Amino acid sequence: MTAARQTADPAAVRALAQRMRCDIVTMLAEAGSGHPGGSLSAADIVAALYGAVMRHDPQRPDDPRRDRFVLSKGHAAPVLYAALAQTGYFDGDHLLTLRKLGSMLQGHPDSTKTPGVEISTGSLGQGLAVANGMALALRIDQRTEPTVYCMLGDGELQEGEVWEAAMFASHHGLTNVVAIVDNNGLQIDGACSEVMCLGDIAAKFAAFGWEAAECDGHDVDALLAVLGGSRERAEVVGRPVAVVCRTVKGKGVSFMEGDADWHGKAPTREQAAAALAELGCEEVAL
Amino acid sequence: MSGKRATREAYGPTLVELTREGADIVVVEADLSKSTTTAKFAAAYPERFFNAGVAEQNMIGTAAGLASGGKVAFTGSFAVFATGRAYDQIRNTVCYSKLDVKIAPTHAGITVGPDGGSHQMLEDIALMRVLPGMRVLVPADVHAAAAAIRLAAATPGPFYVRLGRAAVPVIHPEGVEVGVGRAAVLREGDDVTVVACGVMVAEALAAADLLAADGISAEVVDAFSIKPLDAETLLASARKTGAVVTAEEHSVIGGLGSAVAELLGEHRPVPMRRVGVRDSFGTSGEPDELMAHYGLTAADIAQAVRELIGSS
Ligand SMILES: [Mg+2]
Repeated sequence: MTAARQTADPAAVRALAQRMRCDIVTMLAEAGSGHPGGSLSAADIVAALYGAVMRHDPQRPDDPRRDRFVLSKGHAAPVLYAALAQTGYFDGDHLLTLRKLGSMLQGHPDSTKTPGVEISTGSLGQGLAVANGMALALRIDQRTEPTVYCMLGDGELQEGEVWEAAMFASHHGLTNVVAIVDNNGLQIDGACSEVMCLGDIAAKFAAFGWEAAECDGHDVDALLAVLGGSRERAEVVGRPVAVVCRTVKGKGVSFMEGDADWHGKAPTREQAAAALAELGCEEVAL
Repeated sequence: MSGKRATREAYGPTLVELTREGADIVVVEADLSKSTTTAKFAAAYPERFFNAGVAEQNMIGTAAGLASGGKVAFTGSFAVFATGRAYDQIRNTVCYSKLDVKIAPTHAGITVGPDGGSHQMLEDIALMRVLPGMRVLVPADVHAAAAAIRLAAATPGPFYVRLGRAAVPVIHPEGVEVGVGRAAVLREGDDVTVVACGVMVAEALAAADLLAADGISAEVVDAFSIKPLDAETLLASARKTGAVVTAEEHSVIGGLGSAVAELLGEHRPVPMRRVGVRDSFGTSGEPDELMAHYGLTAADIAQAVRELIGSS
């Protein structure tokens, strides 16, 4: 694979997302801890990025021409690990070592250990500033092609640094940064609207000088259209693009959907077996 | 080698020199470029200078992203904001990812003066020293500061270079050779070792003169690299003199004195005193007044030596 943009094939992206959900459930059950809710809510978005939108070469994780992905909501590491394994950055067997001593797959992303992880994250609110810095480095190097995609959680938007970075990106006209919000409406203590209401997220980004779009985060056709066109849109309007994706926490596993308690709790083996059956996963030895 | 200059004077100009020499340097500031002197870099290389506004967390994060993109990213602000305000960003993004971010803030210590305790950072060495992989350099004068900035730029990984606002005595020659984990014995002596960093090196040299008048022979070591410490030089000196006094423009908790005590405690316990600020915030005043107020003058170091030698 070269660092050329991939052909957008919605069916292939859907299939990738499904395999990633199977991986997420399997690795979390094996690990015995971790964050299924926000990994599953982001699965279709991340599948659209790694399966179609982003130019990347799993054989050359350091290819300077690559698009970059920053998982600012680092607790959703399983969705990133699943995408990296499914697209060939490393063997899928590694997924079963998640969170274990000596594993290259840490509980939260560690760029010093895992091929394809651009930056260590886990302490919320820091990814967008890093993405901006990556975008500036590309600008200095006159690399106009690569785009930096940064995924944030909705609860994470309560961190002030996100808005410092939002201000910075529009001030510096960073049209090579795309912010994607996994707007699943929930955070650890419950509904975002009750814990600390975020209001109209797209309007907030717009107020900070961004071009804001909204999208169904589980509609692959819509994701491919909006995410796939985000960079071009940024160039046209001359400001960074934020895509606020409506999602369902725990999407794809009925007993996890819309339940904040599944933010940071791994399924038992029995629960995982039920989840895998519901997802239509191939037989997986647990 | 005379006169007084602030260590911060070396900052912007050295970054300009390094970039002219071909180093891939960028600077991220937080609305203090005139004070930190990075405005000089901004004027020379505007496409490599980024102002985050009054937003230190974002300043550190942006620098991390630039470093991830292959740049040598210098960033600063005042020491109190660059470290405390953005500590989690330094820990979890810069150090955990082992990035080439060089945090070189100015206005460290009580010599900030009239701005008062809110702006006089006395805990930064402690905060930075404990971070895995972070190297901490505290240059004694403007020439050591230039050398420290060059050293940080040339050495991979995160660095903290502590710079000051006030003019302090020039004691090193231009182009002084420095190294990571390398101290310098500035004056040899037999009765006591005075280990100092930053502005306190000049005070330690003056203290050695005062002590010589009393017949006490003090060895003066410019620690320069607080982390890693130059264990070989410090242990050799402690072995020779059998008594150590540390001197820093910083809290006695967690800084140079603590680092030296840890080293000696494990490898060569000798009687010791720490000169520094004693678990206190700073206060408004002129730098010279504050040095006396907090017991950081040459006379205070000399007194600590006399007490130490008298008690042992
Ligand atoms: Mg959420």
